[in-house]
Amino acid sequence: METLFGITGKDFVITAYDSKAVASITLMKIGEDKSRELNSHSLMLFSGEPGDGVHFSEYIERNIKLYGIRNGIELSPKAVASFARRELADSLRSRKPYSVNLLIAGFDVKTNRPALYWLDHLASMVDVPFAAHGYGAYYCLSLLDRYHREDITEEEGIKLLQKCIGELRSRMILNMPDFVAKVVNKDGIRIVQI
Amino acid sequence: VGVRGSDIVVLGVEKRSALKLQDERTVNKICMLDEHVCLAFAGLSADARVLVNKARIECQSHRLTVEDAVSIEYITRYIAGVQQKYTQSGGVRPFGISTLIMGFDSDKVPKLYQTDPSGVYSAWKANAIGRSSKTVREFLEKNYKEDMDRAETIKLAIRSLLEVVQTGAKNIEIAIMGKDSVIQRLGLTEIETVVAEIEAENEKEKEKSKPSTSQQ
Repeated sequence: METLFGITGKDFVITAYDSKAVASITLMKIGEDKSRELNSHSLMLFSGEPGDGVHFSEYIERNIKLYGIRNGIELSPKAVASFARRELADSLRSRKPYSVNLLIAGFDVKTNRPALYWLDHLASMVDVPFAAHGYGAYYCLSLLDRYHREDITEEEGIKLLQKCIGELRSRMILNMPDFVAKVVNKDGIRIVQI
Repeated sequence: VGVRGSDIVVLGVEKRSALKLQDERTVNKICMLDEHVCLAFAGLSADARVLVNKARIECQSHRLTVEDAVSIEYITRYIAGVQQKYTQSGGVRPFGISTLIMGFDSDKVPKLYQTDPSGVYSAWKANAIGRSSKTVREFLEKNYKEDMDRAETIKLAIRSLLEVVQTGAKNIEIAIMGKDSVIQRLGLTEIETVVAEIEAENEKEKEKSKPSTSQQ
């Protein structure tokens, strides 16, 4: 299953996803985009059922965009995550629920604080300083417990992320191709090299 | 008023003079439908609110289903379609507004469309809707030139508005869009500068047409 990471710092959130698209035992593609920019300061990463992931995340993306155009102001990351959670909760007791796990990373421009939310397909949502989805979580959450601090800088955050990915490379039976990392801060969303 | 230039489109509206206690910022006649499409309307504001909301949903819905932004013609056709539907159903009345829709498609060509309550739509080089639209349209017909640049297009839009808006820059709202498809609203000082330019030109015209006494 695909791995997603999110780490908050002093004034940013760094996220990473492994860029492979898998079908059964075959590696279909490297370089798959598992993120969607919901608005200028909110980013959503998804994993789980491939079709559901794209369908759900694009639906959320369009609704968040519509809110921005209708009201002339963007939703905060907390509101974005709550909206996504609500959609997951409604889907849970429908005929076929969405099978997606999400990380929603954002920067709240009103309070000037980074935000990271961990959501799963059962519509749980928690506000966390760092998070992971997939097998990568089993290996890396303890690393993050040990080395994460609330006030790390962006460089330290990138180093911490590299430590986690290094752990996966050495201990996971599956090959880990390149991860794509994106940072959300007060200036918006950008890709970083890791 | 809407005017199309060589690489810019301009929408101008006359702001109803704000009643003293009213908060001006909440009265906005130029609405963004999507990042690259803008709409100005004349008529019942409440009807416009409903129609603009429908159009905004359609813009995002289009992006979701075909992963592409709407073309200006598509969204105009949609709005005109909604307006027409309400002329042919039972128990509803037509939308009491005409709209001017402007924007740029991916082909980077400026577009300006108009719809009216009957659901008719067409593309225009320059047009006016609302009070005294006939006067303004005739003025535009006389003064429109092909391929005007940015400054000329803005000036023509403001000049045509000044024909019917007596009170000047304070009651004019202008939105422009260039090839970058970003909507820009002009500030009061910018509008005042152009108005001053226009008034200076008018003065010069008046001087020239005055018969000079020494030629007798």
